[in-house]
Amino acid sequence: MSEPLALTGAPNEPSATGSVRTLPPSLAAAPARRRAFTEALAAWALAGPAVFFLLALFFLPVIGVFVIAITDWQFGGLTLSFVGLANFREIFADDGFRASLVNTIVYVLIVVPGTLVFGLLIALLIESGKSCRSFYRAIHFLPFMATLTAMAVAWEALLHPTIGLVNQTLAAMGLPTANWLRDENTALPVLAVIGIWQNLGYAMVLFLAGLKSIPQDLYDAADTDGADLWLDRLRTVTLPLLGPVSMFVVIVVALRAFESFDTVKVLTQGGPGHASEMLLYTLYRESFEYLRSGYGAAVAVVFLAIVVTLTLAQVRLMDRRVHYQ
Amino acid sequence: MSINMHPNRLLQPSAIVRHAVLLTTGALILVPVVWMVSLSIKPPGEIFRASFSFWPAQFYGVENYTKALTEAPLPRYMGNGLIVCALILGLQILVCAPCAYALAKIRFPGRDLLFAMVLIGLLLPHQVLSLPLFVLGYQLGILNGYAALIFPYVVSPFGIFLFRQFFKTIPDDVVHAARLDGLSEIAIVWKIMVPMALPAVIAFSIFSVVGHWNDLFWPLIVVRDQSLMPPPLGIIAFKTEEAGNDYGPLMAASTLVVLPLVIAFLAAQKWFIQGMTGGAVK
Repeated sequence: MSEPLALTGAPNEPSATGSVRTLPPSLAAAPARRRAFTEALAAWALAGPAVFFLLALFFLPVIGVFVIAITDWQFGGLTLSFVGLANFREIFADDGFRASLVNTIVYVLIVVPGTLVFGLLIALLIESGKSCRSFYRAIHFLPFMATLTAMAVAWEALLHPTIGLVNQTLAAMGLPTANWLRDENTALPVLAVIGIWQNLGYAMVLFLAGLKSIPQDLYDAADTDGADLWLDRLRTVTLPLLGPVSMFVVIVVALRAFESFDTVKVLTQGGPGHASEMLLYTLYRESFEYLRSGYGAAVAVVFLAIVVTLTLAQVRLMDRRVHYQ
Repeated sequence: MSINMHPNRLLQPSAIVRHAVLLTTGALILVPVVWMVSLSIKPPGEIFRASFSFWPAQFYGVENYTKALTEAPLPRYMGNGLIVCALILGLQILVCAPCAYALAKIRFPGRDLLFAMVLIGLLLPHQVLSLPLFVLGYQLGILNGYAALIFPYVVSPFGIFLFRQFFKTIPDDVVHAARLDGLSEIAIVWKIMVPMALPAVIAFSIFSVVGHWNDLFWPLIVVRDQSLMPPPLGIIAFKTEEAGNDYGPLMAASTLVVLPLVIAFLAAQKWFIQGMTGGAVK
């Protein structure tokens, strides 16, 4: 905590040269280099604590993950030796990890389209009228900020095999019921439904923002071209112009879906068998319950590779539209 | 646009369909929340007797909520959540704002490198770093304490990025004028930049507090003592203790954990949406 204190000294210097700053450039030429030096010093002093913590809490740990992944280091161990890709060979040879990877991809492939379609439909419906907009937006966005651990507990009650509302409703309608979270065919799809339930409000607000940015004259032009039906305007103007937003939604929702953990931990613990095991839960269990550091680190590296690929895709996408100078 | 003002518009079929569909999807979305509240005011007998009614025949809310507040140390969990969120947010602003100011308003050697570091930081999910961070916490001897819950989040690359973007929109003249007035650089950060960037600060605060109030992954790893648990971890501990036999108090506890954020959200919907979408929505 000595870092922030050090700040108070150095940054005073530029203000001492403040009067020099007002001189025309020709007269200020001599102290210019000194001033540049004190400015650089001030800048690094201001950024110092952030730099220190970025190194200690992001860069060092990420190197650490790679080191643990390619060595045989164990918790509490004082020695380590290089084992190459042995940890990666181990996880890819493990049915549990392979199931976890496949489950995660299946989960993402259900959650992303589901979230996209429902989020878009609800955004279009909200935007198609003027009344109650913020009311509808609030309701649909609520699950996104509600504590997921607590809501997972509520979902467990809903999905309870005998007293849950879901099975009661199905039984009352004469439909077959299921033990949703204990059946290997339904556990993962049910988690995906909860994932869609949680994220669709997020997609909705992103789509609402995208819809607002469509200029009115494009609709007017479409009108003169004879596209006066709502469906025509949707097809010719709205959907094409929502393309970039949709790509953005796909990637951010995919990232969130890859990082799903809370519902697995509360509702299924990856079971039954490996039926609903997902990457982050595998990472947690292997690293911190079974204390298999090498295994856990290798899973972390695979997870990181997926997340970085997706994020870079997102950055490239955003770069086409906005530029940070 | 005058058509919109016409009272008959409300009766148009398209408007009726809009309300009908949105009310249906809205109701479906709220089912888990409503059912949670419903179970939290029902006695055990009614919970285990399958029924569709929201309101209980015998109101048992007082008993369930009392049990949630006393048998599970729920006030303690919520207090822990509050302390941890407040300390994380305070430290994040303290560390990020000066760095963002340097990046936005001072030209210095290494600035691009520093910005690249921030962008790489944005790229790294915290869960991937959990193993080395756990080892770091162990080496520092701070596991199983507030410090363990807080330290990974002291710096937020997203916070630096967001503040930098906002600081850049503040004219340089403002900074020059402040320097002429004899303000030090650090004084400019706290007295000029941060107050002027209040919308960004609020958006970031909501992003940070919601994220850490709801976080389960990291507390699960570093905290064992019940007295240190933040709300999500507390809910899991309570659930494990009750072993699924006592739904009422568990639902009451879940309701109480969700409640503060929901109230804040309903009171400041626009700010929440802006904060939680990371400024993607203006």
